[in-house]
Amino acid sequence: MEEAFQLALDSAPFLLKGAYYTVILSLGGMFFGLVLGFGLALMRLSRFKSVSWLARIYVSFFRGTPLLVQLFVIYYGLPQLGLELDPLPAALIGFSLNMAAYACEILRAAIGSIERGQWEAAASIGMTRAQTLRRAILPQAMRTALPPLGNSFISLVKDTALAATIQVPELFRQAQLITARTFEVFTMYLAAALIYWILATVLSHLQNKLEERVNRHDQES
Amino acid sequence: MIVVEKLTKQFKGQVVLNGIDLQVKEGEVVAIIGPSGSGKTTFLRCLNFLEQPTSGRIKVGDIEIDTSRPLNQQQGLVRNLRQHVGFVFQNFNLFPHRTALENVIEGPIVVKKTPRADAIALGKKLLAKVGLAGKEDAYPRRLSGGQQQRVAIARALAMEPEVILFDEPTSALDPELVGEVLATIRGLAEEKRTMVIVTHEMAFARDVANRVVFFDKGVIVEQGEAKELFANPKEERTRQFLSKFRNHA
Repeated sequence: MEEAFQLALDSAPFLLKGAYYTVILSLGGMFFGLVLGFGLALMRLSRFKSVSWLARIYVSFFRGTPLLVQLFVIYYGLPQLGLELDPLPAALIGFSLNMAAYACEILRAAIGSIERGQWEAAASIGMTRAQTLRRAILPQAMRTALPPLGNSFISLVKDTALAATIQVPELFRQAQLITARTFEVFTMYLAAALIYWILATVLSHLQNKLEERVNRHDQES
Repeated sequence: MIVVEKLTKQFKGQVVLNGIDLQVKEGEVVAIIGPSGSGKTTFLRCLNFLEQPTSGRIKVGDIEIDTSRPLNQQQGLVRNLRQHVGFVFQNFNLFPHRTALENVIEGPIVVKKTPRADAIALGKKLLAKVGLAGKEDAYPRRLSGGQQQRVAIARALAMEPEVILFDEPTSALDPELVGEVLATIRGLAEEKRTMVIVTHEMAFARDVANRVVFFDKGVIVEQGEAKELFANPKEERTRQFLSKFRNHA
């Protein structure tokens, strides 16, 4: 037991370095995924059928294929087309593209859940579509979107372990490397799991705080 | 102020409005009455293009919109018209994430680019006018239906519209809250504001409107000076409709 503890301590710098990459991949994937997903959600709401369909096909593809396969296509497949990417950017692109599909659906559903009267009220005072979205619809839609977006984010944190398969030295990969050296399989993977758990818990907490903030007009008079 | 000619509206092949001609003069209060499904609400919504008419001509003030052209090709014109036409909804449709005052100043600040301080001064004045001084910071959820509808009226007034359209403004209210909203609208009528009111409140229509228009099956069956129409309806269908209300009165 003491040995195991010592080993975990010795490996901590490596694991923390891995956790650093995990955080980078999570935050980056979430950020770019949200930006792209928001664009896709707007495309889905477009009056032009073809634009809406493009977004629909995108979402269908990225939700309908395994994330692992998507990462392999980007990292191992694209070089055959002359596009070689380093592991980290390749993983970041993969997670962003994948997250965008989920974010799009969450945002689209949230926007769709706002009753028509809100659009009409904004229209009746002469607002443009963009003003209506920004001032009236999105602030309300965010309340609906926040819980599922938070869930997707926590899933993403855990899914970043897949980046180990394309050589990104993130948390799980580091644990694998240390295990290969020390054969302390149980200790290392458990330590990695604990770090994922801590990250997810912190995120859940932040999500709750944010939800409280967004919902404040329900409570205050 | 408002000129409507040969307005028609079809919805999935069904004729909702079948050739409506109506003029509203400046300072006039027109009440539109009629049975459910008569097209009166659709007509009102056509006036500020919440519904797209199928054909016909609508002119409000100096703004005329050709209904035969798709609306999204003349969005600027439609928005311009809406800034001059206030609309009060049956279900209030306040923005729930904004306080009463924020609801009222939203239009002036976002659409008219009024300086914030001026908009706030105007907003407070209007809330006081509808009897809600002190409720500036209340969120809609904390207000009664009657209070919410009065905030909605203040929101419409904040755009300083030439015309205000009311779509059954008291239909969603508990009976004891109807009076305060009607009193507010009555106050606006006394200021000689141009208003078109779709309503089921017959006594209110008779007392407050200058003119009453009776809709049925997508056409105007009869219209006339308010008290005269209620006292001596000329058309059989008008008589039938009004008799239902007499029995309850």
